[in-house]
Amino acid sequence: MATPVGFFTDTTLCIGCKACEVACKEWNALPNNPLEFRGSYDNTGQLDHANWRHVRFVEQAGTSQDKPIAWSMMSDVCKHCANASCLEVCPTNAIVRTEFDTVFIQQDVCNGCRDCIAACPYGVIGFNSDSGTAQKCTFCYDRLQNNLKPACATACPTQSIKFGPLDEMRQTAAVRLATLQQQGVSQARIYGNEEYGGLHALFLITDKPEAYNLPSAESAVLPSRNNIPGYLTAGVTAIVAAVAGLIAFRRRGESSSSSPSAGGAGSSPSPSGGGPGSSSSPARGGGQGGG
Amino acid sequence: MPGEHFVVPPHWEWYILAYFFFAGLAGGAFVIGTMLRLWGNPADKAASRLAFIISFPLLLLCPILLTLDLGQPLRFWHMLVDVKTGTPAFKAYSPISLGSWGLTIFGLFSFVMFLAAVDEGGYLRWRGLAGAGRILTSAVGKAFMLIGAIFGFFVAAYTGVLLAVSNQPVWSDTWTLGGLFLASGLSGAAATVLLLSRGRRDAAVSDGKLMEADRYFIILELILIALFLITLGGVVSKVLGGGWIILWLVVLIGTLVPLVAEWRPAMRRQVPPVVMPVLVLVGVLALRAVIIFSAQA
Repeated sequence: MATPVGFFTDTTLCIGCKACEVACKEWNALPNNPLEFRGSYDNTGQLDHANWRHVRFVEQAGTSQDKPIAWSMMSDVCKHCANASCLEVCPTNAIVRTEFDTVFIQQDVCNGCRDCIAACPYGVIGFNSDSGTAQKCTFCYDRLQNNLKPACATACPTQSIKFGPLDEMRQTAAVRLATLQQQGVSQARIYGNEEYGGLHALFLITDKPEAYNLPSAESAVLPSRNNIPGYLTAGVTAIVAAVAGLIAFRRRGESSSSSPSAGGAGSSPSPSGGGPGSSSSPARGGGQGGG
Repeated sequence: MPGEHFVVPPHWEWYILAYFFFAGLAGGAFVIGTMLRLWGNPADKAASRLAFIISFPLLLLCPILLTLDLGQPLRFWHMLVDVKTGTPAFKAYSPISLGSWGLTIFGLFSFVMFLAAVDEGGYLRWRGLAGAGRILTSAVGKAFMLIGAIFGFFVAAYTGVLLAVSNQPVWSDTWTLGGLFLASGLSGAAATVLLLSRGRRDAAVSDGKLMEADRYFIILELILIALFLITLGGVVSKVLGGGWIILWLVVLIGTLVPLVAEWRPAMRRQVPPVVMPVLVLVGVLALRAVIIFSAQA
């Protein structure tokens, strides 16, 4: 197996130029976004099948009247989680882990069930209605196989997006965090060391994770957590329903089988005889029509 | 405490709603057919037959709907076969994977019991089918039916677990959906058998028992609805807010009105007999609709 790779995105260096978005679209031949006014410089909107990098403009209240808005910019991307929710639920094994330890959707296997979209806690995966498949960042798998950096990291002019072996990225992130904290940026933190078993896309952020649409470490839970409670509840319900059925359908005196059904066909008398063979014979010989 | 996620909706819509509805009815009808056959009087055989006969056609709709919902319908078989290795694609912790196998296996049980019921009822005179009805009375057949009923329970319930095994708000914030869909599927199946037994003297003999069973299933469903809403905590506003309350009213009408009517025969006599089963079925559909759509809004 090749060395596990990772991104380290330092949001304090991002200037929102979107060169990463453009490079990603160009290399991966992703379609343009429709021209529409979103009321923000963030006219990409979200990660989806056609946007595998998204420079998120996190607009927050400023600290003074002359600075009413403070922007934190973050170039968001698939996190290529070590414990990936999408990979966990994918029923067709279309989502696989590559030799670089990244998460990849095989387009020739995916059948477009969209379970991965319901599972991804980062809202990364989108459904491409043209191909009928789920799509997301491939970590430029084709470039990695040819010893090239992913397009986004190559294009980033401020080195906000760094790429390299995952261990190296973790060290780089730790050094940068220490530097910022020494400079008084006390809110700075690294996101991705613990969440989902460790992400392959680390972020240096300066606010709580939720401000960047990132679930906190406590909220970073896998879909499979609901398997056992879900089936257990269904099992208990099945047992209770079976007991209810036993009470309702239990063998009673022949007269009781036709009793409490006033106001409908239930008031019809039971077939004469009522013996084991009798219930089949009326239909067979009685011309009651096909079921 | 529900986790805060930033998930986007999978856009599971009408096909999935219809699939969840028919899966509940198909699984539920098989279970009811089995219970009537194993625990009921000989006179209940006709209603049991009817339940088995409706289970299979309802089940047939399920893979069709699921396939139509896929982005690549011709790759429906990828659910069962790993195309890269040629081995079975089975993931026990993926409800869609488990459900695909569950549906396939249940399809076998449902088909065999359908043939047996058709033969026993004398509805189809075909030499190849002769004797299939004996399955319904033999000891081996009863064991077969019992195993099939376990798969019937599964098919009716797993759709709820499928929703829960996600990171979607509402669906993943509760453990009740598997049980809730099962209870409502059983209730809907009892209502379907009641509806189709109209005008059939042999099957209508069991109407009283089916109504009693439906009463229990509705009570179970109401308990699970309450638990569902309680377990949602702060997210509950997402399913109760806005226009969704109208669907909840339909759910309540589809559960409470038939329930009250069970205890008040005078009330039941005032409306045509099809009204109560239809109300139940509309309620079953509305319950699934509000849960599927509100979480994705």
